[in-house]
Amino acid sequence: MPAPSPVVELRDVSKVYPPTVKGGAEVVAIDGVSLTVDAGDVYGIIGYSGAGKSTLVRLINALERSTSGEILVNGQDIARLPERELRPVRLGIGMIFQQFNLLGSRTVAANVGYPLEVARQPKDTRRARVAEMLDFVGLSDKARAYPDQLSGGQKQRVGIARALATQPGILLADEATSALDPETTHEVLDLLGRVNKEFGVTIVVITHEMDVIQTLATKVAVMDQGRVIERGDVFDVFSNPQQPASARFVSTVVKGLPSAGELAVLRHRHPGRIVTLAFRDSSVDQARVFGEFAAAGVTFEVVYGGINEIQGRSFGHLTLALTSAGGDSSIDAVLDRVRTLTTVTEVR
Amino acid sequence: MDSLIALMPEFWKAAGETLYIVGFTLFFGGLGGLLVGLGLYLTRAGSILANKPVFVVLNLFVNIVRPIPFIIFLAAAQPLARMVVGTGIGNNAIIFTISLAASFAMGRIVEQNLLTVTPGVIEAARSVGAGPLRIIFTVLLPEALGPLILGYTFIFVALVDMSAVAGYVGGGGLGNFALLYGYRQFNPVVTWAAVLLIIVLVQLVQFLGNWLARRAFRR
Ligand SMILES: Nc1ncnc2c1ncn2[C@@H]1O[C@H](COP(=O)(O)OP(=O)(O)O)[C@@H](O)[C@H]1O
Ligand SMILES: [Mg+2]
Repeated sequence: MPAPSPVVELRDVSKVYPPTVKGGAEVVAIDGVSLTVDAGDVYGIIGYSGAGKSTLVRLINALERSTSGEILVNGQDIARLPERELRPVRLGIGMIFQQFNLLGSRTVAANVGYPLEVARQPKDTRRARVAEMLDFVGLSDKARAYPDQLSGGQKQRVGIARALATQPGILLADEATSALDPETTHEVLDLLGRVNKEFGVTIVVITHEMDVIQTLATKVAVMDQGRVIERGDVFDVFSNPQQPASARFVSTVVKGLPSAGELAVLRHRHPGRIVTLAFRDSSVDQARVFGEFAAAGVTFEVVYGGINEIQGRSFGHLTLALTSAGGDSSIDAVLDRVRTLTTVTEVR
Repeated sequence: MDSLIALMPEFWKAAGETLYIVGFTLFFGGLGGLLVGLGLYLTRAGSILANKPVFVVLNLFVNIVRPIPFIIFLAAAQPLARMVVGTGIGNNAIIFTISLAASFAMGRIVEQNLLTVTPGVIEAARSVGAGPLRIIFTVLLPEALGPLILGYTFIFVALVDMSAVAGYVGGGGLGNFALLYGYRQFNPVVTWAAVLLIIVLVQLVQFLGNWLARRAFRR
């Protein structure tokens, strides 16, 4: 496999906003973030509202200027580039938005053609490219419609067609599905998946919804208070989150982990000890794990569980209620042995 | 009534003068208002050409000029009119002065209209590499066209209002006509005739403005 080539590279980037009220404190929206997005990645950035996701993504096409650090786009540092010289850079980076941001005074076709006008493409080229893009997003019949005659999902498809009109290598999506219902969300996510696969466009998607990451992304960074607190392949972060905030996001979509409410019910029903075991791929030999319990005379009951599939790989969790005639010490002993085989989380 | 019929030639001449004054002030004041409004909008904090000193000065100017009653402004601006148009009296002097006052009044309206454009749309244009000038002509003005047409319709009435005092500086028009032949000669019929024509004129323009704005909104 060829070495991955970075298309976007942030090096120790910070963004500090001046105080919003006189005498107030500065807002450190981005706090020393370094991040590498390789060609062909679908890089998801997740975090709660206010974590700094929008600011981060807007630094990549310089809609927002960084306070410090380097921002390399296709190897060129754009962090200190003057506004005028940003035009060619921006033509290589498409962007779609939560509120779609279509021009209400223009038809669908004219919206899609807008970036080509800015790029001073001749009319014929523009017309051909617009037709091609509308066909790709399945909206050829809406070319003459105005945005307010479209549904939310259709608007976002126009947004995607517009963002890709100049054939950019990078697409930035800021909460692109957050204003859409679940079904439309999946249509749009499918379309973005095709954009990545058919055109080889590198995508950076910002979201606060973990299922967007699960469906679309190959890599993920978790942001909190302007910092990236965890990053990695989506499968690794989902199956084995290292940070409490990441674990909270993961728990919103991962099947098999009991919620706090369900846990309370389980505790009530099973007065003994309760543990959750993680199984990733087939790297953990379930038979051996259960064999350990049997050999130690610890009986278990499966009280909760589930399997997830992410990017063709599976992982799951089983929650067991344990009882043993030998008491806590024999349970502790067997758990120590099981820990050498897989991740064990004691829930009580 | 008889006297009104006898005054018909003067009446139509006055109506023509009102149209002349209002037409030119709508053009110059409208253009000035567009520039002032764009200036206010573009230089405010967070906008694409944010510039605090320019914004503060412009804003102060608008706030000072706008509340001055026009008849006082007319007197105060007379030296300036003399400098620019060469004379402080007559229709051309009043066109200058009304245009100046209207620029500031309309500037505020234009600014408010432009603020109705969602910032996201401007951001989308910036994200594809559009510069400020292109954003003004392809995003800001087209997106705010409906409200802008209504704003200009609104200012038209104010222009007719201001033109009525032209008589004070030797100008003509329906206001002057009503004052001269109606009020001074105790002939209310003449005054009412002028009033009626002004109402018809304003209604026509309001109707046209609404119609155009509706078309701009419907797209
Ligand atoms: N223009 C601005 N001026 C001041 N503070 C801002 C500005 N934009 C964003 N912020 C602040 O920066 C932080 C990160 O915001 P944002 O990037 O929008 O977060 P997210 O997209 O993750 O919700 C927030 O605390 C927000 O209030
Ligand atoms: Mg955001």
